[in-house]
Amino acid sequence: MRTLCLSAILLSSLAIPAGAATIYPLDRATIMAGSPFDLKVEFDAQVAPQDVSVTIDGQPAAKMLGKELSFVATEPGTTASAVLARAVTLGKPGHHSVTATAGNETKTVAWDVYATPAKPKAKNVIFFLGDGLSVSFRTAARIMSRGMTEGKADGRLAMDDLDHMAFIGTSSTGAIATDSANTMSAYMTGHKSAVNALGVYADRTPDSLDDPRVENIAEALRRTTKKSLGVVVTSELEDATPAAVFAHTRKRADKAVIAEQIMALKPEVILGGGSAYYLPQNVPGSKRKDSKDLVGDAKAAGYALATNAAEMRKAPRGKLLGLFHTGNMDYALDRLQLKKGTVSKFPDQPGLVEMTKVALDRLSQNKDGFFLMVEGSCIDKAAHPMDWERAIVDTIEFDDAIAAARDFVKTHPDTLIVVTGDHTHAASLIGTIDDNKPGTEMREKVGTYAAAGFPNYTHTNGSHYPDTVDVSRRLAMFAADFPDYYETFRPKMDGPFEPAVQNEKKQYVANEAYKDIPGAVLRHGNIPRNEDTAVHSVDDVVLQAAGPGAEEFKGYMEESDVYRVLADAMALAPTRRQ
Amino acid sequence: MMPSRRHLLGAFALPALLAPALLAPTGPRARAATLLSFNDLYSGVSPLGLIFSAKLQGERGHSVTMRGFMAPPLKAEARFFVLTEKPMALCPFCSSDADWPDNIVVVYLSRPQTFVQYNAPITVTGTLEVGSWRDPDTEFLSLVRLVGASFHAV
Repeated sequence: MRTLCLSAILLSSLAIPAGAATIYPLDRATIMAGSPFDLKVEFDAQVAPQDVSVTIDGQPAAKMLGKELSFVATEPGTTASAVLARAVTLGKPGHHSVTATAGNETKTVAWDVYATPAKPKAKNVIFFLGDGLSVSFRTAARIMSRGMTEGKADGRLAMDDLDHMAFIGTSSTGAIATDSANTMSAYMTGHKSAVNALGVYADRTPDSLDDPRVENIAEALRRTTKKSLGVVVTSELEDATPAAVFAHTRKRADKAVIAEQIMALKPEVILGGGSAYYLPQNVPGSKRKDSKDLVGDAKAAGYALATNAAEMRKAPRGKLLGLFHTGNMDYALDRLQLKKGTVSKFPDQPGLVEMTKVALDRLSQNKDGFFLMVEGSCIDKAAHPMDWERAIVDTIEFDDAIAAARDFVKTHPDTLIVVTGDHTHAASLIGTIDDNKPGTEMREKVGTYAAAGFPNYTHTNGSHYPDTVDVSRRLAMFAADFPDYYETFRPKMDGPFEPAVQNEKKQYVANEAYKDIPGAVLRHGNIPRNEDTAVHSVDDVVLQAAGPGAEEFKGYMEESDVYRVLADAMALAPTRRQ
Repeated sequence: MMPSRRHLLGAFALPALLAPALLAPTGPRARAATLLSFNDLYSGVSPLGLIFSAKLQGERGHSVTMRGFMAPPLKAEARFFVLTEKPMALCPFCSSDADWPDNIVVVYLSRPQTFVQYNAPITVTGTLEVGSWRDPDTEFLSLVRLVGASFHAV
């Protein structure tokens, strides 16, 4: 039988849990009353089933959950045991203490189960997620789009006038740093998770689809309301942010599965790129490894299909699937002005503003209201390679989409608008770059402090976008972290920036394509050589919101706390009437 | 220019023998290799798929030469590499949020060759294969391949 080693006895005598098991949901989890979740206990060693005890508030868990826990003698990829109960619920709000014991292993966690008000405050919720939306991009977008005179902005961004705000902590369960999967998953489930995870806690088994699940907002809306559901992005639809609305996987790269999980929840409006995962493998351009035809299935399920802006405008009423690119859609700067990237192949991609308007028009037909998630996907995709102009112009487009939503709210005041980022980038706006400063060295043309002056973007095109980003006195942004790369101090007018490429040792080295640009200088990186581009920062995100329910956003909040505000606004877990 | 540090793709030779369908000793037909550019591969692109061009279809089974960049390989002993139109800033084999461009060409070498810097353009000549095919070892799916191929730095 079991033999206790001396160290374990010592540890026990010190009241430190010996061989601490792991319980999912983790300690301090907040769980919406009535929402299904998977309870899993991972023991550190192989244990005997008769020795296992799991209690909730001192009662056997099976009794509290109304479901037996299944015992796994040896988990795949481990030499240890686990117990598991899928899709259990806790209906009673309040603090719950969960204890798992097996032999000398014991672990106790606390869960907070919450209900919501009985009556919704908001009929509709529009959730704007700027991927990588850091303060610097907002500041730069405001200056580039509205201008500045004598230190005062000549205009305000649409997001500037949302009247409630909070600082949001974005860290993941496994690290202070974070990615777009676990961050959006926290917003959309109320549970924090690990980097790369969506709608699950990250367990120890290698299978990416067996991890303990938590309910996401799409499932909660389907379970508790008759609201319509919409998602509008410029990335692939299977990318981490839109995936987090629908999906359950440990690996955001499971895009073929994610596409199926999205369509299984039948969103009324779903617009973006990523058609490659909707096409069966025999179709050139498909990235599936099976013969599933998600486009055909969607049509059979009554969806109208749009593959470009013209088709989107003409699409008949009813559910709408918009697939505008095989991969990520192009940056706003390329779509609207430069025609670089893949615009020549996909010349009629709709922009984020028009997609948002189409979604609002369609979703607002539902008398029960809707939830719409709009992502400015490519802010982050440009921020990684330090392509500042593309990141800023995508931020301007994102803000114009927020302006469209604020127009909608004028006639639909029962709508909560939330604008936030999922994580930040270590990018900062430090002044200007002035080509007319003397000398040939570009660093001497960087204007700092008083010498920064103001940029000279012009606006004669009637939009918030400058006539060109390639002006003689432009915004100077730099990243605090970077791989080896050539800094050119100039906008990348010939196509998106690719700062580093891999060498034969799998290390990222500066992309020689930029070496001969006049004034380019090699910067030696300060992050590991296996990082291809600049990384996410751990800095807080600023969230702003307006409309019914927005008053709950205040002070510092964890990303997972935001879900509860959305749940409260829509009354997704009304306290049971006596 | 060839890199100063070379390492042999020693493992290319053996697995290559295990793919008779791909590497049947028919070899390039007896005519000069046709130059094929990335722009020649597809006559149409839409979210519902890519359309193989008539030129691509016409060169099936013939020897063609393409110019492009060697993407970072899956692993040192990989038996193929991916030829891309532009140097890859991200490594889809290494990074979960990177993805391949639509118009990649997969190259199966006829004999071991040294790697080149991924920054440097290369010219590849091989027999053109067109159609969906999954590498049995790696599950890597390809549509356009150059088999029995060799390459040199430009």
